[in-house]
Amino acid sequence: MRQFKDNLLRVLIWLSAFLSVAVLVMIVGFIFYKGIGLINFNFIFGDYSPDGGGGIWPMIVTTIYTVLISLVIATPIGILAAVYLQEYAKQGRLVRLIRFATESLTGIPSIIYGLFGAVFFVTTLKLGMSILAASLTLTIIVLPVIIRTTEEALKTVPRSYREGSLALGTTKLQTLYKVILPSSMPGILSGIILSVGRIVGESAAIFLTAGTVAAMPDGILSSARTLTVHAYLVTQESGDIELAAAVGIVLIVLILAINLSATYISKKFNKATNK
Amino acid sequence: MSIPTTNKQAEEIGKANKRKYMLERASQRVFLLCALLSVITLLLIIGFVFYKGAHPFVAEGYSFIDFIFGSDWVPSEDKFGIFPMIVASIYATIGALIIGVPIGLFTAIFLAEIASERLAKIISPAVQLLAGIPSVLYGVFGLAIIVPFLQDTFGLVKGQSLIAVILVLAIMMLPTIVTVAETAIRAVPQTYREGSLALGVSQIGTIFKVIVPAAKSGIMTAIVLGLGRAIGETMAVILVAGNSLIVPTSLTDSVRPLTTNIALEMGYAFGTHQEMLFATGIVLFSFILILNFVLAKISAKGGS
Amino acid sequence: MISLKKVKMGLIMLSILTVLTACTNNNNNNNETQDSNGSNATVSISGSTSVGPLAEKLAAKYTEKDNTKIEINQIGSSAGITNAISGVSEIGMSSRDLKEEERANGLNEVVIAYDGIVVVTHPSNKVKDLTMEQIKQIFTGEVTNWKELGGDDLEIVVVSREDGSGSRDAFQEIVDYSSGELIRNSIIASGNGNIKTTVANNKHAVGFISFEYIDESISTIDINGVEATAENVLQEKYSLSRPFLFIYKEGQLTDAGQLFIDFILSEEGQLIAAEAGAIPVK
Repeated sequence: MRQFKDNLLRVLIWLSAFLSVAVLVMIVGFIFYKGIGLINFNFIFGDYSPDGGGGIWPMIVTTIYTVLISLVIATPIGILAAVYLQEYAKQGRLVRLIRFATESLTGIPSIIYGLFGAVFFVTTLKLGMSILAASLTLTIIVLPVIIRTTEEALKTVPRSYREGSLALGTTKLQTLYKVILPSSMPGILSGIILSVGRIVGESAAIFLTAGTVAAMPDGILSSARTLTVHAYLVTQESGDIELAAAVGIVLIVLILAINLSATYISKKFNKATNK
Repeated sequence: MSIPTTNKQAEEIGKANKRKYMLERASQRVFLLCALLSVITLLLIIGFVFYKGAHPFVAEGYSFIDFIFGSDWVPSEDKFGIFPMIVASIYATIGALIIGVPIGLFTAIFLAEIASERLAKIISPAVQLLAGIPSVLYGVFGLAIIVPFLQDTFGLVKGQSLIAVILVLAIMMLPTIVTVAETAIRAVPQTYREGSLALGVSQIGTIFKVIVPAAKSGIMTAIVLGLGRAIGETMAVILVAGNSLIVPTSLTDSVRPLTTNIALEMGYAFGTHQEMLFATGIVLFSFILILNFVLAKISAKGGS
Repeated sequence: MISLKKVKMGLIMLSILTVLTACTNNNNNNNETQDSNGSNATVSISGSTSVGPLAEKLAAKYTEKDNTKIEINQIGSSAGITNAISGVSEIGMSSRDLKEEERANGLNEVVIAYDGIVVVTHPSNKVKDLTMEQIKQIFTGEVTNWKELGGDDLEIVVVSREDGSGSRDAFQEIVDYSSGELIRNSIIASGNGNIKTTVANNKHAVGFISFEYIDESISTIDINGVEATAENVLQEKYSLSRPFLFIYKEGQLTDAGQLFIDFILSEEGQLIAAEAGAIPVK
């Protein structure tokens, strides 16, 4: 009987694993199969054309803009906030409040961030539908991610490092910058890279704050369209699955590149710190 | 930094120390401010969304009960009831959990405990990569593959349906669940396995009696994260839900979950209609808080 | 010294950003033709997703001649009208007539083209001709099987646009039923393309799309024996049509905006509209 149960579970495990892998392979396969025909130099680097056949360069640039602006704002704030929570704050009501807020922010669906961005940044702060408004909204979305991963990274720094540094007569601040932050760098970086993924993949919040203008943005106050929003719109408006899949390929390659560079950087850092 | 040698220098050092102290104090303030920013934004979000969403009920005399339990949503005729959407959201989420959680967990177990290291080293990063794929692409896949599949193979009258939503969401949460649960299972100390195996328990027995319970909190996190992704998902769902305004009675009915309602009409809405979409957002928000709370309770109970 | 590092990092990131901005600006200038010294005005337009594609095509042709940037946000007719009223956009696009309360805000409207709406079905569907009354019965759920209309014994799946869509408003007004009467279990698709894909993949389905989107993946329905063509709309034989409007607030229109509208109404602009599948203003 036990033997039977064991075998049954084993079969279920194998079956599930097979199913997961199969489905995921199918999705990537589908996207590449459908979209690869459209991928060429002009598609990626060409300007958008409403007649079809144009490229997606404006969307790529818009995506880069949103990623950079969001990170420039969110990274320092997120790291400093994590430093406060881990290194300075005494456990108490305030810290609990901050933790609660951060955690709640993680749980909020992006469409609600979109609503908030639309009424706060777009309307109240009069930024209009713009890359800046979307980036600020995204900043809030990725802030908890950066705080959390940085906190985790700070936790892994051995106590002895801190004590050793402080024993040498450095101030807390010096210890922080010279010892603690450098040794938690890989963790912090992986947090930032997770955020890049989140920003690139975001659609609902950007849709409501950056608009859908399919043209090269003039600056960060232009309304524009990111890659993901483009993939959504071509599916929705023109019903063009192939085009959406082609944009999907670009997105997947982008995310693959981000992940690989993350692994590479953290490996390099690990080596450097281990020496 | 030099080591103090004479008394003359002592004073200067004192000054320098003071400066350092000030810097310490100032930077601590800055750190605190950054940390408080998440509290401030949360308050702003809640403030704005609630202010907008509560307005029709407080100032315009709409009934909140009618809003929650009303089954008519016809904005152009001033009818706002989101009961069908609440039901749709609940069904879709539960359905996705029923399919996605076991498959995801079993896959995680497979990768962490059963698969050879070489196989796991290929599959795990691939699954991680899939967690990063924009959800819209899952929606495109759903629209182009799952919807026609449901129509052709199962003879559904319309492929855009509750079951299509459930499948897309289940697939979408798979990578998250697998990745997080795998990490949790791998973190269980080797001694647990050895101890159990030494007692003559089979490998499968060890996995389900020792390792999974030991990794429970991590597994719970995996489920919560997957759930969060499912409930909050919008754009992928719009493409496959059908967005009909009926209370679903079967898996083949087309549905409109809460998120979809907001994204679908936000562009068009103004005035009361727009405020009602914010109110929909509040309901969605509360919904997520409750679910997280319940799950936290369950995991706490299981732990004791 | 330590915070310097931070500052440095920030500076590096900022400079990357600036370089990027510079790059894109260069790109822009390269794409636009000769007169880089010309006016660099921006005309912001938002509204109907049906008018949007046509407006994009017109804008693309227009910017080839004139160094004006035209921003087009496809967010739906009602939102476009709201934006024109509130001043968020200079021009709003609408694919339906203005409502009374909207007109009260001192709005000017310009018809830039006409568009037909066509009822579409799966290519395998045998029903090719319907009366207006039958269409109403389908969309309000009085008729639920194709065999009642001379087709196969298949359940009817109604596909409609979302509440607030100009196409839906115009369609409902002409066919004469209200949003509340629309059959509840209809699929709601949020774009012409989505309706087309849905109908093209489902032999039960019926929906309505703009003329611009007609292709061989779907079958079009004649109304009272009149085919859905631009010609029939112009001769007022085919009644499912609506205007494409540009809307602006009295006194809000800039010179650049006026020039763009003039271009659209010129012979060249109307030719582009015709090529795009819309019906020129006569």
